[in-house]
Order: sequence, then C-alpha cells, then structure tokens
Amino acid sequence: MIGLDELLAQFAGLERAEVLRWVENRWLLPDFADGRFAFGEVDVARVELILGMRRDFAVGDEAMAVVLGLLDQVYGLRRQMARLCRAVAALPPEARAALRAAMAEEER
Amino acid sequence: MAAQTPYQVLGVSPSAGPEEIRAAYRKLAKQLHPDLNPGKPEAEARFKAVSAAYDLLSDPEKKARYDRGEIDESGAERPRYAYRPHAEGAQGRKYRQEGGIEIDDLDDILSMFGGGMGTGARRSRTGGMPFPGGDRLFSLSVDFVEAATGAKKRLNLPPDDWLDVTIPAGITSGQVLRLKGKGSPGIGGGPPGDALIEVTVEPHPYFRRDGDDIHLDLPVSLAEAVLGARVAVPTVTGPVTMTIPKGSDAGTQLRLRGKGIQRRGRPGDQYVTLKIVIGAAGDAELADFLKGWAARHPVDPRRDLGARR
Repeated sequence: MIGLDELLAQFAGLERAEVLRWVENRWLLPDFADGRFAFGEVDVARVELILGMRRDFAVGDEAMAVVLGLLDQVYGLRRQMARLCRAVAALPPEARAALRAAMAEEER
Repeated sequence: MAAQTPYQVLGVSPSAGPEEIRAAYRKLAKQLHPDLNPGKPEAEARFKAVSAAYDLLSDPEKKARYDRGEIDESGAERPRYAYRPHAEGAQGRKYRQEGGIEIDDLDDILSMFGGGMGTGARRSRTGGMPFPGGDRLFSLSVDFVEAATGAKKRLNLPPDDWLDVTIPAGITSGQVLRLKGKGSPGIGGGPPGDALIEVTVEPHPYFRRDGDDIHLDLPVSLAEAVLGARVAVPTVTGPVTMTIPKGSDAGTQLRLRGKGIQRRGRPGDQYVTLKIVIGAAGDAELADFLKGWAARHPVDPRRDLGARR
C-alpha cells in the first residue's frame, strides 16, 4: 500500500487533482488507512491502465468511464468463468463427459 | 534476476551507434566462437547470447521497438498493460461491476445467459437494478487553531445544501474524512455513496506544530526577563497567564502542560521560548546605567564558541 504522494511520484506528470477526480468518479477505489488514501498494487496498475489508454488510444474522460465499466464487466465475467471451470474440473469424469456431450449437442 | 539488456551483453552503451555495436559484436564473437573454444559450454552460451543481442540491435526496426519497450530482449512482444493479473487477482474484486454481473452461486451463473436446469432463474435481474451512488469529493481548509482544538465546520454545497463536518482535534493536512452515506444518492434503491473530504490545515502566524506539541516564540522585555513577571500567553484554547521566572535568559523554554493539540484524553503541551526584545534604542538612561554596570560585570557570552579574542 502506498499513499497519494508516493503514487504521484511513480507517474511523471500525473496531477494530484486528476487522481482525486478519478477517486471521485469511482474509477479508482483506494483503501483508507489512518484517514489517508492507500493505493494497492491493483490501484497502481489501474492508474497505469488509465494513463496508457489516454496516451495510446486518446480515450477521453467520457469514453474512459464506458471503457472502464466494460473492462470491469469482462474481468468480473472472467472471474466467474474461472470459478465455474475450477468447479467443472473437480467433477467426476462421467459428469464432465455428460457436460461435454451436452455442449457438443448445443453447438449443432 | 533481471535479464541483461542486449547493450549489456555486448558491453556498449544504449547510445552506441551501428559501427560501435558491430565492432563490439565482432570482437566478442571472435573471442567466444565455439570452434575456438571447444569443450567450453559457458563460452558457447555467451556466444549465443551475444549473437542474439547483435541480431536485435543490428536491425534498426527491432532496435527501435526494443528501445520503445515494445519487445523484450528475446524479441518477444511485451504486454502493453499489466492490469489483467491484478484485475483477476483477489484485490481486483473491488472493481467488479456492482449490482450487475457478479454472481454468487451456480443458479445465478446458469441463469446469466437465460439457460437453466429447471429451477433456473431464482431472481429476475432485469430492470430496476439497484446501483450504489458515487462518492463525492470535497476539500475543506481549516485554520491552525481549529485543527488543534477540533471544530465543527459547515461545508456549503451550492445551491442549497450543506454538510456538517466534525474536524477531530489533531487533524493534519492531507487527511481525508469520510462521511458515510453523504455522497450521491443511489439509483433504483441502491445505497448512497460517501462524501470524502480532504482537509488542508492553514499555517499560523506564530504557532508551530510538532506532533501533538505546539511551539511559540514569546517576546519579553529586558525587565521582564531580569526581574520576572506574569504575562498573558496565547494558546489554542485562549490566553493563559504564565510566570516568567526571575533571571530568565533568551531562549529559555517553558512548558504549558496540556495546552498543545487538544487530543482527547492525552493533549499535547505548548512550549514557549523566550525571545528578549530590548526595544530601547536611544534610551539614554539605560545606556548610561549599562556603561557603569558593564565595567563592573565583565561577561563573555561567546566564551563557548571557541572564538576568543
């Protein structure tokens, strides 16, 4: 966990007001520790993502909200899909075979 | 361990030109060539590394892509963003789309795409999805005394709303106060967000803060210092009367217990440093007195500075 000042130090040209605005928009969800913002690794990676999308794809503020919303949905789905896959992998072989057959049927 | 950069492998600087790179490569290749080093696997391994490094750096396009960080030293594409592993890790959970997609049990997963095994969709998730409201961020500046004693502040929210904020004693600049449920209202019955208030503490013209203690330089007259006096001293909780002991020197520090930061249960102290103000320029009576007095009382206040005449 790092504080706001340390976060700003990691990204050249990143403005304090900008980060605060992102927190306000809920693009960033830092934790609180001793009444201060605390940014974890996922938050730092997310700052990198936002800066990268703005720099490389010229994503503006309005589009950023949509892009982040969709990305969060995709990751939410992937998380659930991973859970489902782990559960399926733990099933007995005959159950998996039945599942495979049902999926093949569905494709046809 | 971080892999060596191709520049390090060839022993050249990243600003080296093509000639320099080629020369460095030829020199190392001659030294390390497997035909000249039979039975020396480490030379062969280095020869391979050197060749790979030269491959990359001798190709202007590959070299440019490497320099921009687009490919790594083996020529493989570098991932543009490192966000995904974090998003899918445990920490990423907080960024899930709230109220929407997160599913907690098998029935929900199965009903996501309208499929189902008989019992199927338990809950309808269409329409009227509750969303929590967003947080609202504010900044509030408080003066030194308010931060020291704690205060109630009203934050006006134009046009006709406000927030009552309790500033705890001892707050420091940059602290963020969270008022639960005072953010934007929720949608479709979702809970409201929070108000986040970043507090700035303004400096004071004569109080200074050190942890929970407060420091003050107090001007006293020559007579007050020599003869002692009772004087009024400002504190964050209002003026108090303090005794200046007879014969006090400049720089003497006196403590007013419990008059520092008013942290509940264990307030800090106020330290008062005496600053003697003579304020008697052109006072002939004092000057005449001192001429006689100084002759009879020779003192060298600079004795300990090691700069004796």
